[in-house]
Amino acid sequence: MPERSLKKEFTKGIIEENGVFVLVVGLCPALAVTTTLQNAVAMGVAVIAVLLCANTLVSLLRNFIPREVRIPCFIVIIGSFVTMVDIIFRGQLPPHISASLGIFVPLIVVNCVILYRSESFAYNHDVLRSLLDGLGIGLGFTLALCLLAAVREVFGSGTIWGYPWVPISWPVRYVPAAILVQAPGAFLVLGLLMGFFKWLGLRKRRA
Amino acid sequence: MDAAQFLTIAFASILVHNVVLARFLGLCPFIGVTQKTESALGMGAAVTFVMFLASFVTFLLYRLILVPADVELALRTPMFILVIAALVQLVELFMRSRAPALYDALGIYLPLITTNCAVMGVALLNTTDAPAHWAEMSVATGLVAASWQGICSGIGFSMAMLLMSGIRERLSRVNVPESLQGVPIAFVCTGLMAMAFLGFTGMG
Repeated sequence: MPERSLKKEFTKGIIEENGVFVLVVGLCPALAVTTTLQNAVAMGVAVIAVLLCANTLVSLLRNFIPREVRIPCFIVIIGSFVTMVDIIFRGQLPPHISASLGIFVPLIVVNCVILYRSESFAYNHDVLRSLLDGLGIGLGFTLALCLLAAVREVFGSGTIWGYPWVPISWPVRYVPAAILVQAPGAFLVLGLLMGFFKWLGLRKRRA
Repeated sequence: MDAAQFLTIAFASILVHNVVLARFLGLCPFIGVTQKTESALGMGAAVTFVMFLASFVTFLLYRLILVPADVELALRTPMFILVIAALVQLVELFMRSRAPALYDALGIYLPLITTNCAVMGVALLNTTDAPAHWAEMSVATGLVAASWQGICSGIGFSMAMLLMSGIRERLSRVNVPESLQGVPIAFVCTGLMAMAFLGFTGMG
C-alpha cells in the first residue's frame, strides 16, 4: 500500500472512514448521549482526548509491546486515559451534562473505535501519523455525534444548544416530536441518516 | 431479598430498561450477529453467562476492595475491564477442556464479549451506578441482587437478539430500497421495536 500523505491521514477519518456512519463502530455512545448537542460535544471531546493519547502512547511503545499480549496492553493504556477523562469530567462539567453522560464515560474503554485504531493503526505506524489518525477519527466521530444530536435536539425538543429555535416572542410555536429524544428516536434517526449517506454515495457513483 | 424484589429487578432489566432497546448497550453484536437465529441465540447465551459471572465478581471486587480502599471511581474502569477480559479468557479455556460441545456452539462469540459494552455496562449499573438503596444492602444480599440483575439483563439482551434475528430473516426476503439495505433498515426496525418497548415505561 502506498504511503498516504500526512494530510490524508488526518482527513480520512472524517468522511471516508467515519467511525459511526461508515465503519459502524462505537454506536452505543453515539445513540445514548445524543439527546442534546451539548452532550454530544462533551462525549466527542472525551473520545478525541482518549483516542489521541492512546494512539500516541501505543505508537510510542509499539516496539516494546510483544505481539501476543498487545490487546491487554492496549486495554490498560486506554483504561488509564479513560479514568483520567472520567475524573476530570466529574469535577469540571455542569452536573446535568455529567449526569446524562453517566456510565458512558467509563464505557469509552470498551468503545470499539479506540481499540480498533490502536490495533489496526497505531501499533504499526509512527507517532506523528498515529497522532493525526487519532485526531481525524476522533473528529469524525464527534461530527457524527453532533449531526445525530442536532437532528434529535432540533426536532425532538425544539431547541439548539439549549435555546429554542422559534423565538418565544413569535406568535407561533414549534411542537416538538418528543419521540426523537427518547430511545426509539435514536435508532430511527441513525438508521435514516445512514440510509441517506448511502443514497448520496450511490448517486455519486452512478453519476 | 423477597420474591417481589426479584420480580422487580427481572421486570425492570428485561422489559423496562432492556439493555439494547432502552439503554443502548451491546449494539455491536446486536447489529453484527443477528443475521441468523442460531447465531443470535448463541451470542445471547454466551453473553448471559458472562454477564452473570462478571456481575458476581465485579460486585465482590467493588464492595470488598474498591469501596473500603475508597478508590471506586478512580480504579473502576481499569479493574472492571481487566476482570471481564480475564473472565472471558477463563470461561473459554474451561469450556474448551470440559464442555467441547458447548465450546463448539458458543466459542466463536466469546472473544467478542470482552469489548461488549453491555457486560461492562451491567457491571457499572450493579456497582457505582446502582440504585441508591443498594448501597445499604449487606454484601451477601447485594451479591444476590447484582447476580440476578446480571442474569436478567442477559435474558433481556438475548430476547432483543432473538426478536431482531427474526425480523432480519424476514427482511432478507423483501424488497428494501437499495440505500436502506442492511444496517440502515435494521436500525429503523430497531426503532419501531424500541417504540413498542417504550410502553413498559413507568412499570416496575
